[in-house]
Amino acid sequence: MHAPANPFNVRKSSSRTVENVAFGLFRAATYFILACATFIFGFIFVKGGETVFRAHFPFVNVPFLTQSPETLYVFEYEGKKMELGDKEFRAFKENHGLKELPAESFAHSAGGIFPCIVGTVLLVIGSMAIALFIGVSAAIYLSEYSKHGPFVRFVRLAILNLAGVPSIVFGLFGLGLFVVFMPVLQSFHNPAVLSLPVGFGHYLNFSGWNVCLLSGWFTLAFMALPVVIIASEESLKAVPMGFREGSLALGATKWQAIRTNVLPYALPGMITSSILSIARVAGETAPIMFTAAYIVRDKMPWQVEHPLDFLFQGVMALPYHIYVVSSKLPQNEYTERVQYGTAFVFLVIVMGIALTSILLRIRMRSRHRW
Amino acid sequence: MIPPDAASLPKAAAMSSEENPTMIEVESLDFFYGQAQALHGISIQIPAKKVTAFIGPSGCGKSTLLRCFNRMNDLVDIARIGNGRVRIHGIDIHHPDVDVIALRRQVGMVFQKSNPFPKSIYENITYGLQIQGINDRRKLDEVVEKSLRGAALWDEVKDRLHTSGLGLSGGQQQRLCIARAIAVEPSIILMDEPCSALDPIATSKVEELIQVLKGKYTIVIVTHNMQQAGRCSDHTAFFYLGRLIEFARTEKIFTNPSQRQTEDYITGRFG
Repeated sequence: MHAPANPFNVRKSSSRTVENVAFGLFRAATYFILACATFIFGFIFVKGGETVFRAHFPFVNVPFLTQSPETLYVFEYEGKKMELGDKEFRAFKENHGLKELPAESFAHSAGGIFPCIVGTVLLVIGSMAIALFIGVSAAIYLSEYSKHGPFVRFVRLAILNLAGVPSIVFGLFGLGLFVVFMPVLQSFHNPAVLSLPVGFGHYLNFSGWNVCLLSGWFTLAFMALPVVIIASEESLKAVPMGFREGSLALGATKWQAIRTNVLPYALPGMITSSILSIARVAGETAPIMFTAAYIVRDKMPWQVEHPLDFLFQGVMALPYHIYVVSSKLPQNEYTERVQYGTAFVFLVIVMGIALTSILLRIRMRSRHRW
Repeated sequence: MIPPDAASLPKAAAMSSEENPTMIEVESLDFFYGQAQALHGISIQIPAKKVTAFIGPSGCGKSTLLRCFNRMNDLVDIARIGNGRVRIHGIDIHHPDVDVIALRRQVGMVFQKSNPFPKSIYENITYGLQIQGINDRRKLDEVVEKSLRGAALWDEVKDRLHTSGLGLSGGQQQRLCIARAIAVEPSIILMDEPCSALDPIATSKVEELIQVLKGKYTIVIVTHNMQQAGRCSDHTAFFYLGRLIEFARTEKIFTNPSQRQTEDYITGRFG
């Protein structure tokens, strides 16, 4: 008698080799992505960290976060190399009784990026409000009211297509519609454009809103809309049908059922998903470069004469600032500091928004269980 | 055009051959989901203040018919009524003059899967009233107690009225849904397999409750459970493939059905 051979101890077939190769490739692809992401983040964090952080108290470059961009003047004075921002430079000249002081100037390289932070935050808040309102309304209509048919299918297709439109096209769309065409109520007849009298000596002049917050809000909102609508529909679908049926069976109108027994439970999901999409959209430069962003603006957004002017002012914004500093100005060591510092701050803000929405979602999810 | 208030509809216009007046009268009803016909010429007269059970294998149309009575089928885009009428209190409920909201207040419904709202027990009961604009606290308190007593749930929950309805057991949740339905004082309660997700003890409680309720309400119950139909209904209708095969007093259906198909189904030969 001989010991039975192990029936499982056979030569590995070629299909096992193929499997190993295939999984190896998948694994390599995954690690490659991870490596790229780590490199990008690491690079920006290291380079930007030099600008944003300080080795001594208060460890953060406070002026960079709280001041407006200024022109940097670099000059030699009594054998010492000096780097001063615009205001300091003038003060320096005055203190030393100098009329002329030859210096190299570098635009945007001194001061900070406070107006850009404020502008980006304003753009995010406004576009989020608009996108949420339009998107949630459309989602409610599509998933709760509309009858399924060719029209709704067409609308859905249009929404999906909207999601695939390049951001620069949104920028041009915003330029064409909001910046140069949308009507404004004015007290004079503008013969250059379509001008409709509305009585009391006022005219609706289709001369556009110009480059301003309002134009930027709508452009960004339209860009975020597809995701907001799709995410809102998902949230609505996640609310059990029984809540609607239960309310309707008690004699609620459809709107009552939705308002009291669907929306409250869908809204957290809608808001958190929408914040995520806005965080993504807020990072876009193309949609705002034609519609809302200024290269430089001395006044802060709240320094307006008339409250309504608030909506009709352009703002500085972080992504556009990065674009301007890194491609519209001569490159040198000084602009590089601003580039990476701005990118760093921007990344932190976007990540902060995303993180907030994720934490919010986790909290809200645990609150509603059925 | 003012939709007639269902509360002021004349009570029971037609009389059936039974001792009780007819509450729901279905007259050769055809019903379609898209092209597929789900109900074929159903005619049935459901007596008032009795329990009528709909039995039959899955897909036989019993739930569809039930959902015609409060027009819940309106929610299904592709659903449509072909021929025929459904009359409640003698009124054709699919007539354009009928306000579906008022109809649903008259015809309450309890669903297969208990669906308390994720609100407090108290708010679950008052929901039907609050959407009518009734916010008087005293009135609401009164209705809550009355409805919960009516659904035999008061003693179990009176100390935690303001805790979530989802914290109740499955059987309690279903009775909460019944309490919620009777809070708006309907005349008919439709029950769509109300016990299919409940354990035997919870089931028997709901069945006891049905016996209590039938004195006040017309109850139509869809059930897969033959014993349940036998235990708690006065009349039983057997459906098969979208047709009403037989409708008679429950004792007769279970002891001496006149149709072969009914007998086969009840004795478990199919279905």
